[in-house]
Order: sequence, then C-alpha cells, then structure tokens
Amino acid sequence: MKVLVAVKRVVDYKVQIRVKSDNSGVETQNVKMSVNPPDENAIEEAVKLKEQGLANEIISVSIGDDKSQDVLRTSMAMGIDRSILVKSQNTLEPLAVAKTLKIIIDKEKPDLVLMGKQAIDDDSNQTGQILSALLNWPQGCFISNLKIENNKVFISREIDEGIENLETSLPAVLTCDLRLNTPRFASLPNIMKAKKKPLETIDIDTLGIDTSSKIKTLKVIEPPKRKAGIMVNDVKELVQKLKYEAKVI
Amino acid sequence: MSVLVVAEHDNKNLKSSTLNTISAAEKLSEDIHLLILGNKIEDLAKSSKSIQLVKKVIFCDHEKLENQIPELSSPIISNLAENYSHILAPSSTFGKNLLPRVSAQLDVTQISDIIGIESQDTFIRPIYAGNAISYVQTDQKINLMTVRPTSFEKCEEVGGDAALENITFIDSEVKTTFVSREVSKSDRPELGNARVVVSGGRGLENSDNFKLLYDLADKLNAAVGASRAAVDSGYIGNEYQVGQTGKMVAPELYIAVGISGAIQHLAGMKESKVIVAINKDLEAPIFNIADYGLSSDLFQAIPEIIKELDLLNQIES
Repeated sequence: MKVLVAVKRVVDYKVQIRVKSDNSGVETQNVKMSVNPPDENAIEEAVKLKEQGLANEIISVSIGDDKSQDVLRTSMAMGIDRSILVKSQNTLEPLAVAKTLKIIIDKEKPDLVLMGKQAIDDDSNQTGQILSALLNWPQGCFISNLKIENNKVFISREIDEGIENLETSLPAVLTCDLRLNTPRFASLPNIMKAKKKPLETIDIDTLGIDTSSKIKTLKVIEPPKRKAGIMVNDVKELVQKLKYEAKVI
Repeated sequence: MSVLVVAEHDNKNLKSSTLNTISAAEKLSEDIHLLILGNKIEDLAKSSKSIQLVKKVIFCDHEKLENQIPELSSPIISNLAENYSHILAPSSTFGKNLLPRVSAQLDVTQISDIIGIESQDTFIRPIYAGNAISYVQTDQKINLMTVRPTSFEKCEEVGGDAALENITFIDSEVKTTFVSREVSKSDRPELGNARVVVSGGRGLENSDNFKLLYDLADKLNAAVGASRAAVDSGYIGNEYQVGQTGKMVAPELYIAVGISGAIQHLAGMKESKVIVAINKDLEAPIFNIADYGLSSDLFQAIPEIIKELDLLNQIES
C-alpha cells in the first residue's frame, strides 16, 4: 500500500498572531512556522502504517513557497520516505489545493490519502472533503481511529454527538483529528537522515489548473477585545455578583 | 434569488443549528427554502412547514439517507443548486462533512464558518482560531457557506406556512457503510445551545471528579463542556470539547473550571456573554478574559458554589 500525506506550513500553534497594521492579513514574516498540527497526526499515522507493514511507501506533499521545504523535511524526519513540493507563491483556496493534490495523486497513485482535518490558520476544514469528491473516493473526516484489514478500512469519526463508526474501502481520503495518535518527535539522527531523502519540486504553473482566488479578502481586523474583569475574593462574592450584577443566575 | 438551507436533523427533529442557519439566510433573501434529506422524514418535513421564515420545504425521503453519508447527500444538493444564489449549512460536523463536496461538484469555492453577513456577496469569518476576523467578498455564481450557529439567533419555529415539495432520490455508488454511532445520552441542554455552560479542564484530574461539574451543571440547568486537555486525558468524551477543533459556544454564562485557557480553547468560548474562571493558578491565561475570576482550589469552590446556589433558591422560595 502506498500512502500520500498532505502537509501545510502554518504559523506555530503557540504563537499569538498579529494582524497587519494595514489590515491586509495576518503577519507571517519572522514568526515561528510549523507543520499544521492535525497534519502531524496524518504523518504519524502514515509512519505507523509503514511500521506495521501495511504501507510500503509513504510520501508527503506540500504546496507553498520554498520555505515549505521545512515541513516536508520535518515529515521525512518523522519517517516519511520522500516528499514533493508544489511551488506556489500565492496562497491557494481549498478548492485549488484539492485540484493540485488530485494531479499529484493521479500521477503517484496512492491507495490512501491522509491529511489534517483543518489548517489552523484559515480554519476552512474543506480540502479533504473536496479531494474525496474530485477523486470519487470514499471520504472519512475527523477520524480518531483507523484500522485497515485486507482492503477494508474501519474508521471512527469525531462528530458533534459523539463518535461515528464507518466501514469503507481503499482507495480513500481520510482527514485526521488531533486524537488519532500522538505524533513522535523527530530524533536528531533522523533529522540528519531526512536531509538526504528525496524532495522533488514541481512548479504549480506546469500543472495546467486554475488556482486563482475566487474569494477576495477585503480586510482582516482584530476581534473585539474583552474588557478585563475582576477577581472575586470568595465563592459567596462570586455567586452574589452573578446573581445581582451580571444577572445570569 | 432564493436561498437554500440544508437542514441538520436526526430524522425526527431539526437540530437547533438549522434554526440559526435559517436566521442567517434571512439576511440574504426573503425566499428561503429548507432542504431535508433523510429517512422516514415526512412528518419532520410537514412540521417544518411552520417555520416562519421558510417559504418552501423540500424533502427527499429514502432509507439510504438515514445516516447522512455525504457521498449520497451531496449530489442531491448539487442537483438543486442552479435555482439558488446561496446555499447554507450549519458549520457543525454535519455541515463541515457535507458542503465541501458540493463545492467540488459545482466548482465554486466555499466560505466556511461565517459569523456575519455584510451584503449579498460580502461575509465575515474568523481565522486563526478567531484571533483575526476576515471580511471576504466573492462574485461566484453560487455562494456556498457554512454558518456558525452561535453567531445568529434561532428563528421562530411557528407562524409560517411553507409549501412542501417531495423530490426523488438520486442514487450514487457509495463504498462506505454506516456501522454505529456512540452517542452519550444526557438530560442536560445541548452544549451548542445552552444558556449556561460549565466546562472542566485538566484541573479536574480524572473522570470521577467530573461528577462535581455535573452536579453544578444540574443546579444551573447548564450543559457540560471540556477543554481539549480534559478530553485527551480521557476524563470525558470528545463531544464535550469546546474550542478551535471542537464546538463553538456562546452562552450567557460560561464557567471555566480548572481550565488554563489555551488560545485554542478561548476560540470556542470567548463570545460568551459572562465568563467565570475558577483556577488555583493565578497566572492562568483564562483570567485575562474572564469577567469574574476566582483563584481557588476547585475541589473546595465547586461544592461551596452548589451550597450558595441552594441558599439563594431557599431565599427565593
């Protein structure tokens, strides 16, 4: 089985982001960037499938500028065999991302595609679903458990009401929840080894797809700040405040 | 033009997220159609006719639609799309799972999780876990959007008299079969919809201690929520998680107990009207956004709060 993992480079989840002063977007220069957290779960799952002998080749793909090589190197340090960077100077919308991935998938012919359920910058939560529809492969979103036996795929999905269990087959597109697994840390020797693993670069302009933006960002602003509250001394004061000041109980 | 709202339901009742989404649709058109796809839903379709803002209820009743497999339901939506300027669904796991497939089928870019509507083509959505707010504009032929339920009021369920249309099921080849659903049963209000939410974090230390929170929640007729840390630690199920990758809530009162307040948690609750934080760590970031902070050991504070609430009730009665 061949597994393809899609990886996005995003502002690190611990960074307190800043809105640009001209309101054109969020500052991404000189801030720590990392692998999108649920994409790390997708990488980990692919590596586990290889360790279990279920996958024989695991590859990662990212779309972005040259700096996105970082996240691909990270994925290879975690155990991915080789990577593909689709070079694009522009930020792509989910539909364009899925179309780009589809071309890579048509060429690489993986049996399974794994990716994070959403990117923590744009929070769109669309790409896996779109890709599944474009490929006409089964869709499994927000998965927190995966079991593959023969050609059968058993997944647990995290839904608002609890957990949903589905059975499907390969090939499939699965999007990963943070609870799917615990991503490993790349060891120093593995980080060194990853530098020698193959990383192919493809220019997005050579793929012949429309990746232009369909949505124009007019402005990006900071959310309204909450006013600083007060500290109460004890439970009695808290309950009194809630009852007679805030009037919420 | 008309607006189509895709209903979230359990084949018997509409989820309240559907009512919030209809309110969002009202800002776009007076001609709102509600689409219900499910199994044995004729009664549900008929009762939905009375929703005040809805002009037409369109339903497709088929056993294959019982479990909301998106591969089956999305082509039915795409097939209706040409009649509409906007197609809306709640940005619950239901809508998130479904609508992007329609985006693929119609070749239009979807706008996720809108919290405001400026005009027919301009929408407001949070990015970076709500730490930035983006105003976006599109000139696509159809606008596909998921709607954050807590950002729009619930619409009235009575007073309307919508037309009813039964559409035929279009079958699609699907390789996925439904196995089971693990749903926790509770008499407490729905988390996304409750007036009061009592949430617990890692400070609760184990699942047994969550009983303390349940007692408090029951006193306040509140829903119970949790931080990701508490869910990851196995104290409580994933359906209780509030935050960027969990549920978004905006109750009148949110009580955060033993929650430090990671950015990702704040993303899910900072629109609450009144926020109370109870944490023994004075440095916990949750205090920076709380209206009322109590620096105290929660294992003492919670039973005391319950006692105070009982006292208040006695005085009132």
